[in-house]
Amino acid sequence: MAAPKYPGFDTLALHAGQSPDPAHGARAVPIYATTSYVFRDSEHAASLFNMERAGHVYSRISNPTVAVLEERMAALEGGVGAIATASGQAALHLAVATLMDAGSHIVASNSLYGGSHNLLGYTLKRFGIDTTFVSPGTPQNFRKAIRPQTRLLFGETLGNPGLEVLDVPAVSEVAHEAGLPLLVDATFTTPYLMQPFAHGADLLYHSATKFLGGHGVAIGGVLVDSGRFDWEKSGKFPQLTAPYAGFHDMDFEEESGTRAFLLRARREGLRDFGACMAPMTAFHILQGIETLHLRMPRHVASTRKIVNFLESNSAVEKVLYPELPGHPDHALAKRLLPKGCGAVFSFDLRGGREAGKRFIESLRVFSHLANVGDAKSLVIHPASTTHYRMSDEDLKKAGIGPGTVRLSVGLEDTEDLIEDLSRSLRAAQK
Amino acid sequence: MNFTVDGREAFAYTAAHALDPAKPSVVFAHGAGLDHSTFGLQSRYFGYHGRNALALDFPGHGRSEGPPLGSVTEMADWVLRLLDAAKVDKASVVGHSMGSLVALECAARHPERIEKIALLGTAYPMKVTEVFLNAAQENRQDAYDMLNIWGHAAQVALGGNPNPGMWMYGDTLARLARLAPGVLYSDLRACHEYAGGEAAAAKLKCPVLFILGRRDQMTAAKAGLAFAHQVPDAQVVQIAPSGHSLMAESPDATLDALIGLLG
Repeated sequence: MAAPKYPGFDTLALHAGQSPDPAHGARAVPIYATTSYVFRDSEHAASLFNMERAGHVYSRISNPTVAVLEERMAALEGGVGAIATASGQAALHLAVATLMDAGSHIVASNSLYGGSHNLLGYTLKRFGIDTTFVSPGTPQNFRKAIRPQTRLLFGETLGNPGLEVLDVPAVSEVAHEAGLPLLVDATFTTPYLMQPFAHGADLLYHSATKFLGGHGVAIGGVLVDSGRFDWEKSGKFPQLTAPYAGFHDMDFEEESGTRAFLLRARREGLRDFGACMAPMTAFHILQGIETLHLRMPRHVASTRKIVNFLESNSAVEKVLYPELPGHPDHALAKRLLPKGCGAVFSFDLRGGREAGKRFIESLRVFSHLANVGDAKSLVIHPASTTHYRMSDEDLKKAGIGPGTVRLSVGLEDTEDLIEDLSRSLRAAQK
Repeated sequence: MNFTVDGREAFAYTAAHALDPAKPSVVFAHGAGLDHSTFGLQSRYFGYHGRNALALDFPGHGRSEGPPLGSVTEMADWVLRLLDAAKVDKASVVGHSMGSLVALECAARHPERIEKIALLGTAYPMKVTEVFLNAAQENRQDAYDMLNIWGHAAQVALGGNPNPGMWMYGDTLARLARLAPGVLYSDLRACHEYAGGEAAAAKLKCPVLFILGRRDQMTAAKAGLAFAHQVPDAQVVQIAPSGHSLMAESPDATLDALIGLLG
């Protein structure tokens, strides 16, 4: 008898998490726009509240439409389960809040999305959770920054703004040697380009707003657990391994083993912080995921052509894309990202801030806005928008030049995108 | 709750309750390569409904110290020694797959101490294919994949977990990843070599319930039914949509069937 096989990625992207609607046979995922669910009787209600039966109670904790998205993402990432959240930022916060108390410490890559940097560097500090930022290029930097209070290592699979490739196998090894989990933000890579659990990461999250949704219509996040980290063995996480008075003295690890993290995150994090996802949002993001395996290769193919075009354009000083031999993480990218390095990247324009402004204002197909990972091509010039108050010197410290432009390459005709860029580059140099 | 059995640490989940000698007790015995958490919802229910729930980890599984026990009869005797350590005189035993054979042997060998048994996802003989045994013996990943895929109904591959947000395949693989090398092979071999089913069935004096998944790919419902016919007065509940992992695939129907037996 031959060994059985799992469904492939494309099949999971279309089906995982959903059985055809048992009430009406609907093939598409129904949108369960309901806050709550009728109990069969008092005994049934009590059993649901006490986790003796499976099911839904209140849509802040779980919802059938949202559960399809959660299960689908867990399937695509190879995790035990997932929790969908109100945004990617809510997913990061949920991970941190589930694992840490005041006095805890995080070691994070310094190549992070600005929102994550704000949360870790400023906001969480107010609640007694400290972060040390390290350059991710050398995994030993993470090791050196670990303290007795450290509870998490964190980085992005592809960093901001220079697309630094996180050496997930090496950093996870550092984490595991110290009895700590590694959390990664996998937004830029999506499970199509990289499955971080296969490389040793323990937890991951996405801003589902970006490539997963893919159409710029919904804000959301998804936090996924590999179920592989042994919280009991680590001994550093009483949140998961000691009785919790806030939920009937439940010891989450004893209760559920591989599901301990998600159990507390849902039963405490969603219950108390409440940053849940709405069912309509889950539906929108599911529509995107159903074509993720078709969109990502096209995003990458167009990006490669545009990177090559920009590399040879005299108005461009430098292009930062890990597939280019000059990128510091080129070899790592070849190893960890053989399908491509995504469709968001930066380049430096000659002529500084003014050239950057002229370039942006000349574009017709690229949309000037603060988002990435859309089916439509997007652009932003940090020095004249998100970082406009910063001096050139401070910009440099953040890894941004006065002429740095970030592109998110969409699914339009690549020739039209190149034509748009070409014309605007000429305008920028006038 | 930790106990000492044969000088080694043994764990049984008790739903965060101390054991009360005045309450009836229910032991939950897991299947090959798995642990107490496979009975998460059901054992929790009984722990909160007037029973001493003891969802155990066999040696070398979950939180119980190894090495694994090499035969079904050794496992059955170990369950009784665990009950001794827990100072529990009598108990019912709910067993899944390998654990169902253990429940059967417990009741046959120790009728004075076993009140009722429930056999979930069961068949006798419980033969394991050569390809599966060989893969497990070599600690290959495809052994875990076979356990995972055959251990669920075919439609589980495409999801629809009653437990919101969880991916059944991923969860089973994550549990198996925590096993020490050799444990799965030891369990599968114990199932494969177990030859005492007919003799044990003939000795049964207690009420017996079979809970079978109609879509079981590991121990086909037909084989489970044939086994049930060898047990006089056995009750049978068939759960139409479920595969082998009844407790996860159809948790409420499984619980309702157990309530029917245990009250």
